[in-house]
Amino acid sequence: MPDAGQGAAHATLSGVVRRYPGNPPVHALGPLDLALRRGEFFSVVGPSGCGKSTLLDVLAGLSAPTEGSASFEGAPLRGQVPDGIGVVFQEDASFPWLTVADNVAFGLRRAGADAAEIARRVAYALDFMGLKDFAHAYPAQLSGGMRQRVCIARTLVLRPRLILLDEPFGALDQQTRLLMGDELLRLWRETDATVLLITHALDEAAMLSDRVGVMSARPGRFIDTVETGWPRERDSRIVSEAAFGAITARLWSCLRGESLKALGREAP
Amino acid sequence: MTRLHRADTLLVILGVLLVWQGVFAYAGSTAITAPLATFAYAWGLLAGNFIWPHVGATMLAFAMALAISAVLGVALGVVLGLRRFAGDVAEPLIAAFYTIPKVTLYPVMLLIFGLGLSAKVAFGVIHGTVPVLLFTLTAVKTLPSVYLRTARTMRMPPRDVARHIVLPALVPEIVSGLRVGFALTLLGVIIGEMFASQRGLGFLIINGINSNNVPMTTSVTLIVVVFAVAANGALLALDRQLHHGGRLRT
Repeated sequence: MPDAGQGAAHATLSGVVRRYPGNPPVHALGPLDLALRRGEFFSVVGPSGCGKSTLLDVLAGLSAPTEGSASFEGAPLRGQVPDGIGVVFQEDASFPWLTVADNVAFGLRRAGADAAEIARRVAYALDFMGLKDFAHAYPAQLSGGMRQRVCIARTLVLRPRLILLDEPFGALDQQTRLLMGDELLRLWRETDATVLLITHALDEAAMLSDRVGVMSARPGRFIDTVETGWPRERDSRIVSEAAFGAITARLWSCLRGESLKALGREAP
Repeated sequence: MTRLHRADTLLVILGVLLVWQGVFAYAGSTAITAPLATFAYAWGLLAGNFIWPHVGATMLAFAMALAISAVLGVALGVVLGLRRFAGDVAEPLIAAFYTIPKVTLYPVMLLIFGLGLSAKVAFGVIHGTVPVLLFTLTAVKTLPSVYLRTARTMRMPPRDVARHIVLPALVPEIVSGLRVGFALTLLGVIIGEMFASQRGLGFLIINGINSNNVPMTTSVTLIVVVFAVAANGALLALDRQLHHGGRLRT
């Protein structure tokens, strides 16, 4: 059960269960507990359909748990996204009718920030995400990876203290994913934010995270938490280290049986 | 427009003129006038005072019908798109209505609205509303849910979501609907004028036929066609820009 251990818990899930009404009702998640340490990079891996995205929705305040409670910075989440949480979704959420710069400025404009502040923060985010030369381009003119960077930049400018990422690189090729991982690590170090990443890629989880929570088949519960022990200064080159292989192997040995269960088969 | 596109357009125009000349050669001047004679006659009409009150009458009816079609189509499309059950029930009925040759409803329309402007407008509206409605309905139903989830993560109030996300996301589909609706509304108004009106371009066409004034009929038809093709071209260009470039400056 992943608990905060040393350091204050930044966000928590306690005894969270999520069921969806229907006939019969779908028990999607839990009961599970999670305590994210302030400033850590935590990844969640699990078989398809185990409730990873449901977990993210509950932690973001996008959906209320059926049982149990969720909190962020000590305050309970009641099905509303509080200030300080930023979410990047798996689907392309860039707005096709706005330029890259206007996409990135979108949240700040809605929040009523003043024009000079918006210009300053947007310029920084565009530069940080390598989108400076595309400020006036439209999403339709960009690749999938760049559109996802636009979405990350749009979240980043709002200076979230907790960043939730739901398989943001799921649709990208392997090389692009590794490089996007490096950018994500840089962003994490620079912002001091707590990051929770949902992913189906074990290598991505092993490379990026301080801790990896492994979920069971549906209804998803944590069956193991792996501490990677990586230094804060790291990048995709750690994939060539022996420890990386050992971490990935441990994740897979936890997950193999659960993935077979999700496919309706028994582990031999 | 690239050089290739320009060449294509010229070829199409040339082809149309050739076919037109061919039809004239086959049917003779009792049915249609030749292209050059028609252009000359049309030019004479546009240079004089006679045609403009009729153009004004058609444009007034058309503008009213198009405005009503657009508002009605978008409003009903949004409501039926949001209310999934009502939309699922209504969509096949609307699609079925769309296939009815609406000219068969004209006697009923006349009895309801009487002769004149209101009947022409109503006839335009029943032609133009459905495509706008169907395009809007589909756009609302297929609006990516991730846009609305993004709005929630930014704590946007519903009014802001409607104004800054839903509306701009729907605009390209609404423009497509308006493009189709535009042509059908014009068709509806012209047909309306042909059957029961003392003014308008449709009236001039049918009057030309009744009084055996072939140059008049052909020239007015040409004027309507040029207007429709030009407007459709402009809307098509906007439509393409919105769908493929996403380059609408707001």
